Amino acid sequence: MSSQAWDHETVRSIVAGLKAKPGALLPVLHGIQDALGFVPPGAVPIIADELNLSRAEVHGVITFYHYFRDTPPGKHTIHLCRAESCQSMNAAGLEAHAKAQLGIDFHETTTDGTISLEPVYCLGNCACSPAIMVDHDVYGRVTPERFDAIVADLRSEK
Amino acid sequence: MSTTIFVPCDSSALSLGAEAVAKAITAEAARRGVALRLVRNGSRGMFWLEPLVEVETSEGRVAYGPVLAGDVEALFEARFWEGGPHPLRLGLTAEIPFLKRQERLTFARVGITDPISLDDYRAHDGYRGLRRALELKPAEIVREVTDSGLRGRGGAAFPTGIKWNTVLNAAGEQKYIVCNADEGDSGTFSDRMIMEGDPFVLIEGMTIAGLAVGATQGYIYLRCEYPHAHRALNAAIEAAYGAGYLGADILGSGHRFDLEVRLGAGAYVCGEETSLLESLEGKRGLVRYKPPLPAIQGLFGQPTIINNVISLASVPIILDRGAAYYRDFGMGRSRGTLPIQLAGNIKQTGLIEKAFGITLRELLYDYGGGSASGRPIRAVQVGGPLGAYLPESQFDVPLDYEAYAVIWAVLGHGGVVAFDDTVDMAKMARYAMEFCAVESCGKCTPCRIGSTRGTEVIDRIIVGARRGEQVALLRDLCDTMLNSSLCALGGMTPYPVLSALNHFPEDFGVDKADAA
Repeated sequence: MSSQAWDHETVRSIVAGLKAKPGALLPVLHGIQDALGFVPPGAVPIIADELNLSRAEVHGVITFYHYFRDTPPGKHTIHLCRAESCQSMNAAGLEAHAKAQLGIDFHETTTDGTISLEPVYCLGNCACSPAIMVDHDVYGRVTPERFDAIVADLRSEK
Repeated sequence: MSTTIFVPCDSSALSLGAEAVAKAITAEAARRGVALRLVRNGSRGMFWLEPLVEVETSEGRVAYGPVLAGDVEALFEARFWEGGPHPLRLGLTAEIPFLKRQERLTFARVGITDPISLDDYRAHDGYRGLRRALELKPAEIVREVTDSGLRGRGGAAFPTGIKWNTVLNAAGEQKYIVCNADEGDSGTFSDRMIMEGDPFVLIEGMTIAGLAVGATQGYIYLRCEYPHAHRALNAAIEAAYGAGYLGADILGSGHRFDLEVRLGAGAYVCGEETSLLESLEGKRGLVRYKPPLPAIQGLFGQPTIINNVISLASVPIILDRGAAYYRDFGMGRSRGTLPIQLAGNIKQTGLIEKAFGITLRELLYDYGGGSASGRPIRAVQVGGPLGAYLPESQFDVPLDYEAYAVIWAVLGHGGVVAFDDTVDMAKMARYAMEFCAVESCGKCTPCRIGSTRGTEVIDRIIVGARRGEQVALLRDLCDTMLNSSLCALGGMTPYPVLSALNHFPEDFGVDKADAA
């Protein structure tokens, strides 16, 4: 999903399928992000129209929540935990290592489009700190060496 | 007759390689022609031993751990499926001291059953609470919960029965049960373990709540960082619908209760109940003014019970065994048990469900075995990112809501995060302010602006610019945040900040005398 191109019909059908739910906006945004990897700014008017909301309201909700993004992510997203438990096990060291190895800061994607790096505040894996989440898989007790091995695996995937 | 082998599907166990272990066991069993039945259970909550593989034997379950995929062949050589000797063999699981000394009420089934097997759930006392509730009048169910002494396990410790009674007596055409599963506090994972390891207990608790107050619709607001819990809940909800435990006619009683999981989107503040309700309504998670209480005007303006996962998951055993059984655990006004999560720089991290009254020292050393790094434990944050940092001199205070209030600390959701002596407490104080700034919903000024100014003031203290003046300013700012923020995010950020300053002034470059 690294392309900016997206299909209006996909967005319309997701919204149509969920709009009857009470408080439908978050389920709609999740549905779109699950399908496209992000919520394209151009989808905002469609969502607003279907849910009878203003564009400002939809935009306001998207920007309020850290999880929703308006740009395409890399092929894989690594969420690195910055919360206290992970800090007690040197998450700051892991963060510095990750940024140096990937050559990017938080909220950025590697130039080859493989990996996006995002901060996260707790993955509920505090008994196995420091923790990261790669797409939907959580990894615990992540040393710099283990991080490199995980990244190498992601890069070797075709 | 095949032997049953257990390999957890809990996310922490998976984060350490449990999936590869399960696959290796299946493959090796097939290669050797050994008949095994593999069950993916929840975690026992002993994370230094994960992935923990258990074998059903005539004496009880025998544990091996921590097992990596590479150990599997040797385990088969040792005939582990018959409980054979191997260096990773830990003996009977139930006899491991960490587990043996606990009082597991809410977590009675976690790690024991197949989480999404309704048969397993019923075979282990599941749905007995609901059956009893169906024989009671709504007010009698509420009285049972009130008499148990259960207080909200999300952190605020408000008596659950009183909240339920308000909803019971509130007029509304549609009442709701909302489960707060936005477990965002660092150092906490008990909600996750319940939802992944015994999702039916939460569903049963919510169904009982629905019967108690006449609510027919429930929502579980789950943080999106918990994909495994999401899958487990949805599978369990589907099974409960299929067997008539949810839907239009619960067990033929004529009562309806529908349940749906909704996902959050990475906003910590949505763990605050009114912000959560806004989010469920499809809006920005802005905190609401109270009153009106959610019990009177909650979700979509209707009377709503909003409770934490652990509170709701404790209800089935209270209904099943009676209020007195639950109330007899604990001390003072803190009744029952608290699932404590031991995390951070600790050798033996995990889930410890105990009656209120245990001390940090017991937790850190008797259960935890000291720090993971082998260095002295210097500071412990109890109760998540909005909880105070405790120095060693406070390690003997019993974990009890009131005893903690006396030392200006909170139990919160029962998270305990230990730091060794390499920690810089000025940095941790700064982080608390920074976190508040990142996560503030922005509705009230003390939180929105105060957190950013607080970060700047701590930065100036750290570099040593007019330190005494800046310390006074920080205290003044914390006073404002504490007393005039709309919710606990701004209102409790001063706990970690000021406790760090008060107990560890040397990290801020100030003398104990000057810190005051």
